[in-house]
Amino acid sequence: MDSIIPQLLTGLAGASSLFLVASGLTIIFGVTRIVNFSHGSLMMLGAYIGWSILTRLPREPEWFVLGIIATVLATAVIGVLLEVVVLRRVYRAPELFQLLATFGVVLILQDVTLWIWGPVELPLSRPRWLRTAFDVAGSRLPMADLILIIVGPVVLGLLWLVMNRTRWGTLVRAATLDREMVAALGVDQRLLFTSVFALGAGLAGFGGALSLMSASANLHIDLAVITDAFVVVVVGGLGSLTGAFAASLLIGILQAFGIVLIPKSTLVLVFLVMAVVLVFRPNGLMGRPQADAREALVAAPVVRPAPRELRLLSLATLLLAIVAPFFVGDYYLTVLTDACVAVIFATSLHFMMGPGGMASFGHAAWFGIGAYAAGLLMQWIGAPMPIGLLAAPIAAGIVAALFGWFVVRLSGVYLSMLTLAFAQIVWAICFQWVELTGGDNGMLGLVRPEWARDERVFYWVALALTVAVALLLRRALYAPYGYALRAVRDSATRARAIGLNVGWLRMAAIVIAGAACGLSGALFSYGKGSIFPTYITISHSVEALLMVLLGGLQTIAGPIIGALVYTGLADILMRSTDLWRLVLGAVIVLLVVAFPEGIAGAARRLWLRGREA
Amino acid sequence: MHVTRRLILGASGSLALPGLLRAQGTAPIRIGEINSYTTNPAFTLPYRNAMQLAVEQINGKGGVLGRQLELITRDDAGRPQDAVRLAGEMVNDQKVDVLAGAYLSNVGLALGEYAAQNKRLYIGGEPLTDAMVWERGNRYTFRLRPSTYMQAAILAEEAAKLPAKRWVTVSPNYEFGQSGVKWFKQLLTARRPDVQFVGEQWPALGRVDAGATVQALEQMKPDGIFNVLFGPDLTNFVRQGNTRGLFEKRSVASLLTGEPEYLDPLGDEAPEGWIVTGYPGEAIDTPAHKAYAAAYRAKFNAKPMCGSLVGYALINSIAAGVTKAGSTEIEKMVEGFRGARFDTPVGPAEYRAIDHQGTLGVFVGKTALRRNEGVMTDWRYIDGKDLLPGDDFVRGLRPASAS
Repeated sequence: MDSIIPQLLTGLAGASSLFLVASGLTIIFGVTRIVNFSHGSLMMLGAYIGWSILTRLPREPEWFVLGIIATVLATAVIGVLLEVVVLRRVYRAPELFQLLATFGVVLILQDVTLWIWGPVELPLSRPRWLRTAFDVAGSRLPMADLILIIVGPVVLGLLWLVMNRTRWGTLVRAATLDREMVAALGVDQRLLFTSVFALGAGLAGFGGALSLMSASANLHIDLAVITDAFVVVVVGGLGSLTGAFAASLLIGILQAFGIVLIPKSTLVLVFLVMAVVLVFRPNGLMGRPQADAREALVAAPVVRPAPRELRLLSLATLLLAIVAPFFVGDYYLTVLTDACVAVIFATSLHFMMGPGGMASFGHAAWFGIGAYAAGLLMQWIGAPMPIGLLAAPIAAGIVAALFGWFVVRLSGVYLSMLTLAFAQIVWAICFQWVELTGGDNGMLGLVRPEWARDERVFYWVALALTVAVALLLRRALYAPYGYALRAVRDSATRARAIGLNVGWLRMAAIVIAGAACGLSGALFSYGKGSIFPTYITISHSVEALLMVLLGGLQTIAGPIIGALVYTGLADILMRSTDLWRLVLGAVIVLLVVAFPEGIAGAARRLWLRGREA
Repeated sequence: MHVTRRLILGASGSLALPGLLRAQGTAPIRIGEINSYTTNPAFTLPYRNAMQLAVEQINGKGGVLGRQLELITRDDAGRPQDAVRLAGEMVNDQKVDVLAGAYLSNVGLALGEYAAQNKRLYIGGEPLTDAMVWERGNRYTFRLRPSTYMQAAILAEEAAKLPAKRWVTVSPNYEFGQSGVKWFKQLLTARRPDVQFVGEQWPALGRVDAGATVQALEQMKPDGIFNVLFGPDLTNFVRQGNTRGLFEKRSVASLLTGEPEYLDPLGDEAPEGWIVTGYPGEAIDTPAHKAYAAAYRAKFNAKPMCGSLVGYALINSIAAGVTKAGSTEIEKMVEGFRGARFDTPVGPAEYRAIDHQGTLGVFVGKTALRRNEGVMTDWRYIDGKDLLPGDDFVRGLRPASAS
């Protein structure tokens, strides 16, 4: 292979652009512990703002540099705004809650960008000097690649200097290691957080502006970039800049050679890398175990059985739900059926996330496995709906058990990211194994039996299953098993000391959650009549998170309320306005700011305030 | 809870009204259209504009069967499951007579499946997958646009005239890309047994690693390149290819690249001499097209895109189908749409009775630069009926239940 050097250089250029995005993300995470979904949106804004500035400047290199600097400053200012207006208000909320806010920001920025710059992709007309290339080992190396190859290490060097040779950098490193201690020593956290956010956003804007050298500013950048950036950050080790750089190199180069050797590996390669790395190094290449001992002292409140009034309210709601088919139209009946599915989807995630303390970023994997299990059984042996509904949780449970073996040893965001990687791998299998699953064209013709063809009957089936699942999960929570699981969440060390089998308890939680979620997937598929890989996308997993967090983690009613509110909101907004992303995003942000403990949590607090005072 | 209930009751009450009116026979004919307006606005917004133009024109001439047309659109957010839910809303709440729409192939298939299970008429405008009318075709689903097969067929025909023998393919890693490559290989090899396919690249849709992909293709030293990338992927690929000299002294055949949606963003870096399918836009100087383009410009102050043509033709085809059926009763409409002929700005077309495929044609030509913008030159229009395979072949693919 005389082509190794050119391919390597291409890989290095790819690695640099990965690093530019990931470095900002990892710094922000290290200090603020925020899983910032909107980082990709900041990069997208960087590309658009860069386009707007650079198209107005002369085309000489010095102006190009100037334009890029202006773009970096502009995105840094946007980052500051974001931090001051939204995120600052939710730092006190439980971990991961900020994720919800940043996802709302993603939705808002999508519509804002569309509104400002229009739907057409905007490529920057490249000046002549950017179109040149150098002959290297018999191939041409474009100027843009050369610039990237140089910029990556330079940025790393500059960041290293800032982190290691300035007072501000020392504070950032200290905060990355132990936030509470830094606060206790009297450091102004607000200023620190805001400035870190500015730096991170500026880096994202830098990456976006530089991407204009070879790509266009378009509306798909945000989501295309964010997953790759997460992968790099996690593989490198959260908060570690050198780790992020190493991970960028690893992934960039593997990608460059991977597509030569196995051209169809593009969908899954980065996630396979992440899964393998996390299995062998649970804290990433250069990350350290997170210091969580102190935080665990502030244990989450104990979940108690609902008060009598709430039970009565629940009962009334249930009765209303049972008679609903007699007074709502056919369409709202399907929305209610979808809501039932969403309730199972959310409560199952809540089970492993709330009491289990394991936030899954890939919950849609079980949903999809349940759906495809039902679909494949129908295709192979013509299995009718009841068999499909039975097989789905079993299949999802079995796969969850296999997968749980890798997961239970991880903690925090690493665990979440491994679930994400797993979901992406499942997605890629369903997407690419066309002979088995029909690929992205999906599986069609999932017909309900004659007796359940009627929407009403199917709705009652869904409702009955939903109530059964919710009650079973509740039962498990108040059983000794549930208390043991919560003990493991609050302090794994102490739980182990009193003889609890931590691994087994968490594994069981994953299997139960996976099985329940698999049922919701099959139910959904019979409702829609077809199955698609879109059931397993990251955005579907994020929806599950949204529902759980919207409702609140600390009560069992939380995920149910969250699922109902989210389904209803999304349905009404999507049908009434083209700007539904903007409105939905704004509502999410407002809810997060107003109810940092979720809707159910806030209701509970208000209720208790009247009682316990 | 009370608010929600009242809302639902109120909403369903007001929505039941059109149903009551409809009984009188003068109520509008409702078309419920579902498309990826938020996820693919570059294509779908001009498409929706043109649909509105067509509805306006038809209503100005007295409507269809003496009734006005009414268009209702919804956003599917790029997800087939949402499209199916909205189809239910359109049918049950909005009481639409015809379902239409979809941009993505899987959304088209999902809507087709909904139509089959619920016995509703669905006219797909844009989705390209062959499965929609062949392997997965059904009685209630029609499709307007020339399919992946038809687009690949004309490119294979043109590619066969070239001296190039060593071909490589580059294509987004999903169904559209896969079937595009499959048909191109099959049809080109049938015409030219001496042709060899020496390599392929499958970048993830929307996330092409263009440098590495171009480098990998370069190594295979091909004579010809078959490309299926489009949108931002294409921009990225073309830039890397230009800088690295991938396209020099090589033939390139490229699916859809001649559509202004994808050609315009390439700006002054648009490649020259690629054989492409697409849409020459206002360069078409037939009276019908000129009138259409002028009306479109007058209304929206923008140039008509390929999506506009599809949207405009879609509404006209629905009007023709309903007219031929003489009724909005579903089974009658199915029979009516079979063989329904309609005029489009680029020529007459019909829905074939054998597989429900529209015979809207394909423009094939070469790309060139004019005043720093990419355009199609030497183009010609090929009627869709001349691009489809033999009837026996089609019958063999289509399930028996679809008749």
